[in-house]
Amino acid sequence: MSILSLKAVSKSFGALKVTDDVSFDLGSGEALGIIGPNGAGKSTLFNLITGNFPVDKGQIFLDGLDVTRESAMMRCASGIGRSFQIPQPFGRLSVYENLLVAARFGGTVPATEAPDFCMDILERTRLATLANREAGGLPLLQRKRLELARAMATRPRVILLDEIAGGLTEAECRELVDTIREIHAGGTAIIWIEHVLHALNSVVERLIVLNFGQVLMAGPPEEVMASRAVQEIYLGIEA
Amino acid sequence: MNNPCHTLSRVAATLLSLITIGALFAVPFFAPRAIVQDLFGVLTLLVLALNWNMLAGFAGLVSVGQQAFVGIGAYAMFAAVILWGLDPMVGILIGGLAATLFAIPMAFFTFRLNGAYFAIGTWVVADISRLTAGQWMALGGGTGTSLPKGTARDMFGVEAIKEVLDVSSAAAADALTYWVALTLTLLLLVASYLFLRSRMGLGLQAIRDNANAARSVGVDPVRIKVAVFIFTALGTGLCGALMFMQITRVTPDAAFSVIDWTAFVIFVVVIGGIGTLPGPIIGVAVFYCLQRLMADYGTAYLIVLGLLGIPIMLFARRGLWGTFVDRTGLEILPLRHLAPPRRCSEDVSRLAASQPANGMENRRSVTSI
Repeated sequence: MSILSLKAVSKSFGALKVTDDVSFDLGSGEALGIIGPNGAGKSTLFNLITGNFPVDKGQIFLDGLDVTRESAMMRCASGIGRSFQIPQPFGRLSVYENLLVAARFGGTVPATEAPDFCMDILERTRLATLANREAGGLPLLQRKRLELARAMATRPRVILLDEIAGGLTEAECRELVDTIREIHAGGTAIIWIEHVLHALNSVVERLIVLNFGQVLMAGPPEEVMASRAVQEIYLGIEA
Repeated sequence: MNNPCHTLSRVAATLLSLITIGALFAVPFFAPRAIVQDLFGVLTLLVLALNWNMLAGFAGLVSVGQQAFVGIGAYAMFAAVILWGLDPMVGILIGGLAATLFAIPMAFFTFRLNGAYFAIGTWVVADISRLTAGQWMALGGGTGTSLPKGTARDMFGVEAIKEVLDVSSAAAADALTYWVALTLTLLLLVASYLFLRSRMGLGLQAIRDNANAARSVGVDPVRIKVAVFIFTALGTGLCGALMFMQITRVTPDAAFSVIDWTAFVIFVVVIGGIGTLPGPIIGVAVFYCLQRLMADYGTAYLIVLGLLGIPIMLFARRGLWGTFVDRTGLEILPLRHLAPPRRCSEDVSRLAASQPANGMENRRSVTSI
């Protein structure tokens, strides 16, 4: 059964069509990767799914319910969690408080359980030692981890990860992949936008290629990566 | 928290605040009437500052229309006393209620605007209410009106205070308004602290830092901001009614004065430390001292205020208190939710062992007292 469905979703910024008639289903507990060149509309697609941008046309279903007109807050409460491509921490709150907000609001975790709940996530994302640090002062890796941790704290059933491995060293990237695998093993569905393909392909079961806002192709990672069209458009290999 | 040193300093701090509060309540028993009146002025300014700080410092709502609530509170109180013959103390409550009710439609219109537009929008609404108050002929129209003679003398509680303190009716009325102002200040401080420490307060601080990310973790910015707007309207309205009961005369220009009830308040909050709870207290103290020092120089004093405000806004953007906290790490009324201590203590030692000393870390670490 699919947990998230997009039906012919479109979005334009002025004359520029950034999302063009995109449809796909995400199975419950599935891990889906989205790739495509810069400007293909990947992050926009996330903003449409989370409700940060309104869609122009089409519908978005969560658990078969139409959430197209729901606000970002409501979608978070119904189980969509996200990380931002450019980390957006609550700068003057501590790392722990960043999670506490997410847990108490999006995750509706009761006050008495919230501290342990947040610390568990901080430990899983290797941020526990920085719990009382002000989030605005964190370096990039920790900011990226905080994005992931905060999304986890909303107790999502679908988690959207936007280029979370970009800019990390090989070792850091491996750690992150392990954490994402754990989340996936826990039954959370994942949609992951990533340019670091080997990291992405070691987790996801299916890939979607976006180009000029359209779904170019979809399928198992090996198949997609082997296709001529993808190599041409995405990897810039001449046919 | 389990640290005995912390517990001790916490007990000391609690004792010190209790003694301060007790001493403040006892002021009318030993101090001359002029001091009681001065302190009344300080406390009411503090109430306005606490409210504005909550709006601008925590909710990011830079309102330049707080005088609307002062004026509406004052006018509703005068109406209650003059037109309906109620006790002024009841009038103050009606003043607070009227301001709260007015905040609902005001929020409906002004919340469509953001940032500077919101500031101008609130100012416009306040000015419209000033002009409207000038049309209220039963309360003197544009020239305003006074409370009937003897209103203060007949006020609930004045007779009893007169007996106990053995003073004139006027002095007893001053003592009573002073106590009401002190109670209002303390209630507001406690309420602000509890609110900011609550789930809603945490959401509010998240919105202040990043509204877009806050929405994505399930925080509804509009709902919390409206709640703060209405809550501060109540505090400001009560304060307006109280101030004009003590003045005993109201005119539209005085009650809806943007200079007196918003501009000075902004100055107080900005120099004291916007977005911190003790900031307004420091700001009011500084403002009061300046006012006393330069009482004889007329308008030159406003120029000095401006000259003082500019360097603070440029070089100490978190105000006197914010700068003090940044430098010393000493925090009164900390709003931080600390991570559970069990793991935290173990983390601190791990952190010390594994990470190089970091200036930022030291500066940010907060000692609660």
